[in-house]
Amino acid sequence: MADAAVDKGWATLLRRNGDEVVARWSEAAAQSLEGRMTRAELERDVREMYDALVAGVGEGDRHTLADASFAELRALLADVSHTRARQGFSSTETAVGVFALKEAMLGVLEEHGDLATYRSFADFSRLIDELGLYMLEVYAQAREAVIGEQADALLELSTPVVKLWDGIISLPLVGTLDSARTQVVMEKLLQALVDTGSEHAIIDITGVPAVDTQVAQHLLKTVQAARLLGAECIISGIRPQIAQTVVALGIEFGDISTKASLSEALLAALRKQGTDVVRRTGRRDR
Amino acid sequence: MPTPVVVESGEIHEIHTDADVVRVRQAARTLALSAKLSLVDQTKLVTAASELARNTLVYGGGGRATVEVVRLGPRRGVRAVFVDEGPGIPDLDLALTDGWTSGSGMGLGLSGARRLVDEFEVSTDVGTGTTVSVVKWTR
Amino acid sequence: MDRVPILKIGDILLVSIQVDLQDHIALALQEDLGDKIVATSARGVLIDISALEIVDSFIGRMLSTIASISRVLDAETVVVGMRPAVAITLVELGLSLGGVRTALDVDRGMAMLAASTEVRDDELEPDEHGASDTVSAPGD
Repeated sequence: MADAAVDKGWATLLRRNGDEVVARWSEAAAQSLEGRMTRAELERDVREMYDALVAGVGEGDRHTLADASFAELRALLADVSHTRARQGFSSTETAVGVFALKEAMLGVLEEHGDLATYRSFADFSRLIDELGLYMLEVYAQAREAVIGEQADALLELSTPVVKLWDGIISLPLVGTLDSARTQVVMEKLLQALVDTGSEHAIIDITGVPAVDTQVAQHLLKTVQAARLLGAECIISGIRPQIAQTVVALGIEFGDISTKASLSEALLAALRKQGTDVVRRTGRRDR
Repeated sequence: MPTPVVVESGEIHEIHTDADVVRVRQAARTLALSAKLSLVDQTKLVTAASELARNTLVYGGGGRATVEVVRLGPRRGVRAVFVDEGPGIPDLDLALTDGWTSGSGMGLGLSGARRLVDEFEVSTDVGTGTTVSVVKWTR
Repeated sequence: MDRVPILKIGDILLVSIQVDLQDHIALALQEDLGDKIVATSARGVLIDISALEIVDSFIGRMLSTIASISRVLDAETVVVGMRPAVAITLVELGLSLGGVRTALDVDRGMAMLAASTEVRDDELEPDEHGASDTVSAPGD
């Protein structure tokens, strides 16, 4: 795409008719943003954009959005996109304001422009397109960031570490494990071992339907890391299907302790600790 | 037009002594903090930098490290480049194999560092020297 | 700092690594520990690395070596206080620190060393059924 240019004609037109541009621009933008923001807010936003645009365009001549002169405008547009993304505006609602400027300028051109300026409308239009696309790009990134944060929050909620006994913690994993989640889980478990001063951790995967190579590797690494801290891990709740997958994939569990159920794992950990569980027989005292 | 990598800040450190290796570690840590890498990622990057700085000193006969905070679009990261004009690595594939070790203890240096970072590039010429470049991005 | 200080507590040597160690200081520590184990007839070495933000392959090898040297000199080594991020990184690096026993903190490390010393001393006890003769040194 050729560099967007704003020639002297347009620059002058833009600068000389500030109030009218802002008024028309606000009007055009309001059509699409009906109810999303108050008229006063909209006009304030438009005025800010107009000022930054004029400052960037300067006396006219060839400009691309990447130019230093447009730094303030870029920052402003990015800010608006960011805010709208976080507030849940749609992408159209976010960028439409910029495109509304084309309509506004055409109106101003009819009133005050000359033929020469009319001819170079394509160039001006291209600049507006660049501005709009830039806003959409920033918007998309901001939305991704929001989604990322929500995913993190979800992860936090779904991986609770439970203290089963003095020195024994357990991490019940539920649902499918992906690489990213397993890593977070690993870090959480290790930190919990240190924070609670526990020497035993039970990673229960009863609620995990399937395990792939990567996840298995992560589990193995978790156990190795726990050992380096001075703690032992037991993996419990391995379903027969998972056991088959693990063997088929050729993953070596080596000397890592495994138990069929969480309760067996708890018993094993207690015994290792030197705590005995005794079932009393005979009559209970009244 | 692909988005270029932007360098936001950086430091250059000469590596000729043990103390220099420590200085490179500290530079890597400082920049990792400003790039807001997670604690685990910070640790991995600084450890990789330590391995590579040591290699530069011990195997490369001394050299230079450039540590920078970089940005690619919205993501930030830390890039560390280690340059030496030492003997070079005669068999790069072998050196990159896990567990390989030469007398000077190059073992685990390259292959280990590679596992800790997101991007890893090494170029070497026998008799001319070696350049290793690594990047760790925020997630 | 030139050398890492080594404290003697009973028959245990305690080392607390507080700073980013330069390679030559790490090597000096290795030597110093060997010397001191012999000089004090220490039965245990406790290395506290809770202040270390990174443990790279050099330090990792140092810890393994100290453990090996100590064992030859009839002392057990326990490394305590490794940080989670460090543990994760070491595993990723492929360093198993085999032969190095670890514990969560100094208290547990000391308990581990005391227990291990007891076990080794028990093994030296003569057989109760008198199957072995008391050995005396030549010249007695």
